[in-house]
Amino acid sequence: MITLSKVTSITGEEGNFTVTVKKYPRYVDMDACIACGTCAEKCPAKVVDEFNEGLAKRKAIYVPYAQAVPLKYAIDRDNCIYFQKGRCRACEKFCPTKAIRFDDVETDITLQVGSVILTAGFTPFNPAKFDNYQHARFPNVVTSMEFERILSAGGPFAGHVKRLSDGVEPKKIAWLQCVGSRDMNRCDNPYCSSVCCMYAIKESVIAKEHLGKDFQPTIFYMDMRTHGKDFEKYYDRAREEGVRFIRSRVHTITEVDASGTLNLAYVSDTGKRVEEEFDMVVLSVGMEPAQSGIDAANILGIELNPYRFVKTADTSPVSTSRKGIYVAGSLQGCKDIPQSVVEASAAACQASVSLSSARGTLVRDKIFPAELHVAADTPRIGVFVCNCGINIGGIADVPAVAAYAKTLPHVAYVEEDLFACSQDTQEKMVDVIKKEKLNRIVVAACTPRTHEPLFQETIRNAGLNAYLFEMANIRNQCTWVHSQEKDKATAKAKDLVRMAISRASLLEPIPDLSVPVSKTALVIGGGIAGMTAALSLANQGFSATIVEKSGILGGAALDVLHTWKGEDVPSYLNDLIRDVSANSNITVLLNAEVIDASGFVGNFETKVRRNDSIQTILHGATIIATGGKAARVDEYGYGKNPRITRWHDLENNPEMLADANSVVFIQCVGSRDENRPYCSRICCTTSMMQAIAIREKSPDTSVFILYRDIRTFGERELLYKKARELGVVFIQYSLDKKPVVTETPDGLLVDVFDPVLQQPLQIQADLVNLATAIESAPNEDIAGFYKLPLNAEKFFMEAHAKLRPVDFASDGIFVCGLAHYPKPIDESIAQAMAAAGRAATVLSKTAISVSPLVSKVDTGKCIGCGLCAEVCPFGAIILEDADGKGYRAKNISASCKGCGLCAASCPQKAIEMLHFKDEQILAAVCAAGR
Amino acid sequence: MENFEPKIVAFLCNWCAYAGADLAGVSRLQHPSFMRTVRVMCSGRVDPIFIIQALKNGCDGALVAG
Repeated sequence: MITLSKVTSITGEEGNFTVTVKKYPRYVDMDACIACGTCAEKCPAKVVDEFNEGLAKRKAIYVPYAQAVPLKYAIDRDNCIYFQKGRCRACEKFCPTKAIRFDDVETDITLQVGSVILTAGFTPFNPAKFDNYQHARFPNVVTSMEFERILSAGGPFAGHVKRLSDGVEPKKIAWLQCVGSRDMNRCDNPYCSSVCCMYAIKESVIAKEHLGKDFQPTIFYMDMRTHGKDFEKYYDRAREEGVRFIRSRVHTITEVDASGTLNLAYVSDTGKRVEEEFDMVVLSVGMEPAQSGIDAANILGIELNPYRFVKTADTSPVSTSRKGIYVAGSLQGCKDIPQSVVEASAAACQASVSLSSARGTLVRDKIFPAELHVAADTPRIGVFVCNCGINIGGIADVPAVAAYAKTLPHVAYVEEDLFACSQDTQEKMVDVIKKEKLNRIVVAACTPRTHEPLFQETIRNAGLNAYLFEMANIRNQCTWVHSQEKDKATAKAKDLVRMAISRASLLEPIPDLSVPVSKTALVIGGGIAGMTAALSLANQGFSATIVEKSGILGGAALDVLHTWKGEDVPSYLNDLIRDVSANSNITVLLNAEVIDASGFVGNFETKVRRNDSIQTILHGATIIATGGKAARVDEYGYGKNPRITRWHDLENNPEMLADANSVVFIQCVGSRDENRPYCSRICCTTSMMQAIAIREKSPDTSVFILYRDIRTFGERELLYKKARELGVVFIQYSLDKKPVVTETPDGLLVDVFDPVLQQPLQIQADLVNLATAIESAPNEDIAGFYKLPLNAEKFFMEAHAKLRPVDFASDGIFVCGLAHYPKPIDESIAQAMAAAGRAATVLSKTAISVSPLVSKVDTGKCIGCGLCAEVCPFGAIILEDADGKGYRAKNISASCKGCGLCAASCPQKAIEMLHFKDEQILAAVCAAGR
Repeated sequence: MENFEPKIVAFLCNWCAYAGADLAGVSRLQHPSFMRTVRVMCSGRVDPIFIIQALKNGCDGALVAG
């Protein structure tokens, strides 16, 4: 990881780029810095804290925030007193590891790489130029980014929400949407920023959690755009919890008194001018591409679109205009976290395709000495108590802790270290372990979450198994949080060391665990997502089998003519089908169906039925791409009259439009209601494209779109703008006043209430086209076979909604396309590439190491009750027939995540968790009380 | 009871609550020193017997966080 750097030039081509990087000085030695924070504590220079949006101060030597990676301090030269005035050097004086380097200089680094991925992100819109919102003048008008910091427990007010004018807790806050988005009048951002509606709802709900039930949040919006997976449910919940939503743009904000209370003026739905007072206003600012990203794009020589985002095609969503250079995240267009993560994996996948011949060529394996057999030996515990400079030693009495450790059973050796983690201590530790014949090691220092792997490697270098190691966390969870109570910190450190030693005496060596990998993937579903996933794998040299239920490849995309950017889908699909069919790494099974599955990562076994014959496929990874389809509904007379159509029926049958004078599109048919409480994400854009096409071809045809909220997210908003310019008539309706379609001898009559006119309208329509909900495929069987979770609407549930959008909790299985949630083709392709990229992390190995901290069943004690199999969230325990003795639980170690739910639930105590056995945990527990 | 200093055994999930306790340290959030942490890989690992044993062996309370 190279930080504080920027790319200055690039030459070469895909597979062989030379990149020059300018690395700015950090003035802190990254190897020496232990992030203790002493430097920042002693630094006298107070600086505006950018991370906290200027609402707090930091020091001139700092880390931007507590979770920063790498967690290393840096000196801000412009604000450092030594650099500016020539004297101070307090940080250097107090740094316990002598990590300060005032003589650090700028360096140029040259890198030889095969691919480049650009992920430079966005900048929040700066509302200072909007005089009507008064952000620059009124303290109680804040941006959403500022409010995010105000809400944060790690923020300037420790999560206590207060007004900036007087520190009073607000009773009423208004969020104003679309500040710097969907606006050509005051700024040049005609696009929708995609994420603001959702974050405003989130902020309002969390603010309510912080401020209590009397708090009144209000969101002023144009269209509520909660088009993400399960976002609509969150919107519904917010309304139920008392968040008020007002469809209007506030035009004027004034301060009513010296305390900073604000008056907002707006025009209501019914056209009345309303004024209302609020304690605070939050401006939901939109996204703009980061200037640093634009600069980098220019240096890399890649094309930008008119809104300065990186230009991509829908059918190659992460490829830039220059071969070998890929893009992911909001530099490509406004998007939320899950989509950014999807694109990141997709870009990694595409980069791997072009680099597949070089895969693994730069990898070197670390060789450890042979392990000593010490399991049966009496414990000889070595205890290393770390001072961590003064972080531990300055508060707890380390010599007293060490002396105490010497008195405990099985302790053979104790030493105090200034820094247990330093390179020289590590080397000495190896010698001591050998010399003193130690067979269990305890390090009392910081946290095992960051340092356990380092010490485990050290003891492996001394010939000990990695699991004969235990840490006592006497820094993060002791001296750092009890720094004012030195005696109590010492007492607690002694207790923690005693607990660790007690547990260490019972630790056992655990052998490494690895499973072989079958280097082929099974892709369930032969639509765009399934085919893209299979092809992305095949192009990296892995084989894939596509199982497709129907007799043809193509899936839901067979009905689609254009992507939202206007790319030709049928010809793209033809090419894709041709490439898939011609690829020798891909086997396509049509009219085939998965009927059973078993196994685990690297070793799945799936039974497929095809034309009455059943075949078994062995595969290392599974990609679920079962797709979705437009719902058939019985609403609005669909199915009873040929002039009432849905989705692509009209554009696929253009003769229907030939003599039509009036076409009505109805949105949200079967979406966003009680039965399907989700937004189908793509319908607004699709109807928009069709409406534009009709008006462009025959300007005399009247086109109406009846909608609830127009959700043309991102740059799709430009389609909405174009439709309005072309004279498409938009009429908003609400769920309680749905339009009514009636058949008449002359055609169709659509009745709808227009909220702007406050009048019922009657539209004479020749055609009515319905945007019906996108439904999942019947996924229950597949979910059952692979033990995968579905959400209430039968879409597959990913491992983490934000951070693991294509994974499942079970390893080796991935999801993409409509099987996950309704999405446009560009997003399906990106997600399919991401799924292939994730699958390649499995398939690229001959054997995968899995954590050996797994559960173990004693079949002698097991009574086959099945509780363990039921509670296991990972499908890692199955019941096996035990020859006439009923069932017995069986572990599948490769699937086990070591949570230990099974061990805790087993009524027979027949299951133990390696490294977390009952007696090992109890040893620590019992030692705690002493 | 005024000066009572309980000893509380805390079963913390490695992935969330334990990480949270670490972060409290990074953020230097000072709090009473009553807690004695036992790290587990999931709060679901905590068998009720652990809690009973903690109380029997001199702890005044048990916290399970995950």
